[in-house]
Amino acid sequence: MSMETLPKQSGLIPDGIVSRILRQLQSGWRSIVIAVPFVWLFLFFLAPFFIVAKISLAELAISSPPFSKMIEWTDGTIMTIRVVFDNFAYIFDDPLYARTYINSLKISIISTFFCLLIGYPMAYGIVRSGPVAKRLLLFSIILPFWTSFLLRVYAWMGLLADQGTINGFLISMGIIDEPIRMLYTEFAVYIGIVYTYLPFMILPLYANMEKLDATLNEAAADLGSGPINTFFKITLPLTMPGIIAGSLLVFIPATGEYVIPDLLGGGNVQMIGRLLYNEFARNIDWPVACAVAIVLLMLLVLPMAIYQHYQGKASEGVTGE
Amino acid sequence: MNNRRSRFLSIMLISGLTFLYVPMILLVIYSFNYSKLVPVWGGWSTRWYYVLFESQDVWDAVSLSLKIALINATFATILGTLAGLAMVRFGRFRGRTLFGGMLVAPLVMPEVITGLSLLVFFISFKQLIGWPAERGFTTITIAHITFSLAYVTVIIQARLTGMGQSLEEAAADLGAKPFKVLTAITLPRLAPGMVSGWLLAFTLSLDDLVIASFVTGPGANTLPILIFSRIRLGLRPDINALATIIILFVAVCVAIAALIMFRQQRREEMDQQIAAREG
Repeated sequence: MSMETLPKQSGLIPDGIVSRILRQLQSGWRSIVIAVPFVWLFLFFLAPFFIVAKISLAELAISSPPFSKMIEWTDGTIMTIRVVFDNFAYIFDDPLYARTYINSLKISIISTFFCLLIGYPMAYGIVRSGPVAKRLLLFSIILPFWTSFLLRVYAWMGLLADQGTINGFLISMGIIDEPIRMLYTEFAVYIGIVYTYLPFMILPLYANMEKLDATLNEAAADLGSGPINTFFKITLPLTMPGIIAGSLLVFIPATGEYVIPDLLGGGNVQMIGRLLYNEFARNIDWPVACAVAIVLLMLLVLPMAIYQHYQGKASEGVTGE
Repeated sequence: MNNRRSRFLSIMLISGLTFLYVPMILLVIYSFNYSKLVPVWGGWSTRWYYVLFESQDVWDAVSLSLKIALINATFATILGTLAGLAMVRFGRFRGRTLFGGMLVAPLVMPEVITGLSLLVFFISFKQLIGWPAERGFTTITIAHITFSLAYVTVIIQARLTGMGQSLEEAAADLGAKPFKVLTAITLPRLAPGMVSGWLLAFTLSLDDLVIASFVTGPGANTLPILIFSRIRLGLRPDINALATIIILFVAVCVAIAALIMFRQQRREEMDQQIAAREG
């Protein structure tokens, strides 16, 4: 570590004192660098989750904010703590919630699979391209990722609508007489998720494949392995970290997606992110909305931990500690 | 070795890119449609651009979004650079695992959860200490900085690990104090990463709908909130015009950022070649 290699002092002051002062200065400076973003994230990212957890254990109340207090002081001395699990019981009893959770998981698993199916050969194609083509291809994968997510979803509204581009094209070609209903169906939601999340699948896969040792494929070919056999025995297992990272990067946010089911699914596709938003905005039932969020978080904690593990492994590998 | 793409891979790449780009190209083409019904072609026209420029609420939303995006990008870049330095260059410190977790989680956290949790946080704080008095500009900016800084950190971390430490070590050996090493060597070399981090934070903020919808208050409409409220009811030609402007703007910004990165990379490669020749 460069931070540990202090300049060697020679002269009037003994080495020990100088290096101790320097080290102290250095450690103070280090703590500020760590503390500022740490405190920010602690305050605005971690602490809010505890408040959500707290409210999920409260009751709906006619007050502002509309939930009961967890800790109440009587005469300023007696403390009562009220914790109710009614909101969770309500979520588990009402089949609407169970169905919506399962539907969200189903939609995001199937979408993730299609992203992988399309993204894997694309990433592999980029790796196999020449240096200039590689740069251009990467740029064209990243570009849509930078343009507005909302507008990319909106673009599909125009394509899939009853009088939209696709139906118009099919009718003018004489393939169909009546427009096919595509917008406001589950099909539209699948298209929307695969379309907007595809770059999230391709980029981690590309990063992983880029590190592959091409000589392994050569060796396999020399030993008489066919391309399909080599793919399943060598390429696929070695790109597993990329597959896992890319899939989780699609699966986790897609499960809680709000915009896509709302705009492309209309009222016909219920996903948990949309239910949560509506619970909150229309019904103003905060305790239930918070409980819905906590259950969603519980479902996603394991995938998130796996993702962080893969991320952490990748970054620790290069810090060389 | 045979480093060529097979025909299958080329076909997949071409159809994948077609899938990614055709919807956006159609969006742009239909913005020049005279007809009020978006998918029905009524001849070329720029009338929707005039409609767009004349509506005051669009201008208000644009100026609010730009203000938030500028402040967000600047703060997120500062915080993200500090976080990146801490994660890559400081070795082990207490709370590193928690810190790393808090830096990765915003990248994958469903937006509805982040938005909901920040809203209840702001409301609880208002009750406790009376701040923030009203929701809108400040609360959206804080929310955006929180998730943008995680993205900036990813870029800074990648840049720092790519840079290596040899120059810093050399400077330290020559007697430069750690702070001097930071300002004279690390930060200038980190600059391209900070520029692309800033741009990413800027566009992320311009792009965010869900989190802003949660933490905003009455009257504070960012551009995505305005667009969303309009397109929920169906296709609108003036939104196509707005989309075209946004897409072109972003494309130009990304191209500039890519060029900066590319130049920097080339310069470093040349420096390394010169160093190798002289060494």
